[in-house]
Amino acid sequence: MRFLAAIGRPVLGFLAATGRFTLFVLETFSHMFRPPFYMREFGHALLNIGYFSLPVVGLTAFFTGGALALQIYAGGARFSAEAVVPQIVAIGMVRELGPVLGGLMIAARVTSSIAAEIATMKVTEQIDALVTLSTHPMKYLAAPRVLAATVTVPILVAIGDTIGIFGGYIVSTTRLGFNPATYLQNTVDFLELHDIVTSLVKGAAFGAIAALMGCYYGMNSGRGAQGVGRATKTSVVAAAVLILAANFLLTEVFFAG
Amino acid sequence: MTETPMIQIEGVEKAFGSKEVLRGVNLAVPRGESMVIIGGSGTGKSVLLKCVLGLIHPDTGVIKVDGEDVERAERDAFLARFGMLFQGAALFDSLPVWQNVAFRLLRGALKRPKTEAREIAIEKLRRVGLTPDVADLFPAELSGGMQKRVGLARAIAAEPEIIFFDEPTTGLDPIMAGVINDLIREIVVEMGATAMTITHDMTSVRAIADDVAMLHGGKIRWAGPVAQMDDSGDPYLTQFITGSAEGPIEAVR
Ligand SMILES: Nc1ncnc2c1ncn2[C@@H]1O[C@H](COP(=O)(O)OP(=O)(O)O)[C@@H](O)[C@H]1O
Ligand SMILES: [Mg+2]
Repeated sequence: MRFLAAIGRPVLGFLAATGRFTLFVLETFSHMFRPPFYMREFGHALLNIGYFSLPVVGLTAFFTGGALALQIYAGGARFSAEAVVPQIVAIGMVRELGPVLGGLMIAARVTSSIAAEIATMKVTEQIDALVTLSTHPMKYLAAPRVLAATVTVPILVAIGDTIGIFGGYIVSTTRLGFNPATYLQNTVDFLELHDIVTSLVKGAAFGAIAALMGCYYGMNSGRGAQGVGRATKTSVVAAAVLILAANFLLTEVFFAG
Repeated sequence: MTETPMIQIEGVEKAFGSKEVLRGVNLAVPRGESMVIIGGSGTGKSVLLKCVLGLIHPDTGVIKVDGEDVERAERDAFLARFGMLFQGAALFDSLPVWQNVAFRLLRGALKRPKTEAREIAIEKLRRVGLTPDVADLFPAELSGGMQKRVGLARAIAAEPEIIFFDEPTTGLDPIMAGVINDLIREIVVEMGATAMTITHDMTSVRAIADDVAMLHGGKIRWAGPVAQMDDSGDPYLTQFITGSAEGPIEAVR
């Protein structure tokens, strides 16, 4: 009996937490379709989440694309398949690395700042103050951020994919002796619409996850500075793990079979 | 008194984990009166106000506002009747001062044009003794006392029927405290609002209160008109008023 209780308690705890989070997600999305809409908050979120994340996502993609080209060239040389560099860089960036690394950088940059901001608001009674001023915290804080992330992260990912391919192109043409025109031609010929759609869908999902985790842990923050610290840390870790898990699931859905 | 009280608190209990903060609070605040709640720090005064606002849900007990159960009221209409000054001011630090004050007037049911909202905000700031040049500053640029007064201006901006002040004069110099006391008195008399104020400052109590209630040990220890406070014969209340270390209230809590 004690054995069963020892298993049961964490399982029940996990189920309860999953349930709470699911309700949170549903409530956040429902607020996106019911007025009032806080356009100013949405505008701020677009700027903070989308625009200001460009440098981070761009740099990450550029170096990844470059490194990928070098690796594929070195690896491919073992069975004289050096020529596939453009195709593999394109597929690797667009299908996997662009969305995943973009998503992880968004988790580092956006999830943490959302969680810290909302947790601080909670700890300093600003969330209570919102409620007394007849403003729903989910509608005012969570909905605009989650919507902005869902809309902008796919765009960021698309830009990241392009910059990553460009990184591979630069390395291949300057260091590995590829012909620039052929490289681009190969890339364009090889990529399919399906790849690009996948990339964007992944971007939207990862953006939503990143913002949702920040909002969820922020709103459920404990008291004091320690509460804010713990909320921030947990939100980033949870977002990163969930993004990787979702990536696996989406890859399974899009490419298996 | 036959009229239903504006706020009726019956048998409210609230515990956080194993810590029982409220253990059966009963209190009635008549319409248009100013009730002041006193009591040592950490006795649950702020928690009690938050229970009335529905920000914290009591474990047991019923709270009625204007005869309506707080837990069942339609939230938007309910909250529209309230103004609240939080103990730590709770200003939104992403918004400039005037937008904090005019928060309700910039969105939702009470929305008005921006210029009009700003004018109202500046007028309310003046009432709490702040000049118009603070309007465009951010809360982080203000001293604690100034933040408190901005919070007060925000609480009264939409002219609510019921106003809660959580330690309105803590952190203010005596002159500014006097200004705020007068203001609270004025709001109750002129606007006919019902007020609940938490304070430790006995000067404030005498300036603001119609009635006084003392919270101690999770219950209302004494409640009555302010005039009867000094000769209540209650050793707890007397000790609190005189601020003596000797008495039934332990100095170490
Ligand atoms: N959200 C909360 N979670 C846990 N404990 C709380 C919470 N809010 C208040 N408390 C505890 O309740 C007690 C009363 O708090 P409070 O009402 O703020 O006291 P005060 O009378 O000084 O306003 C304190 O011991 C505080 O630690
Ligand atoms: Mg308090």
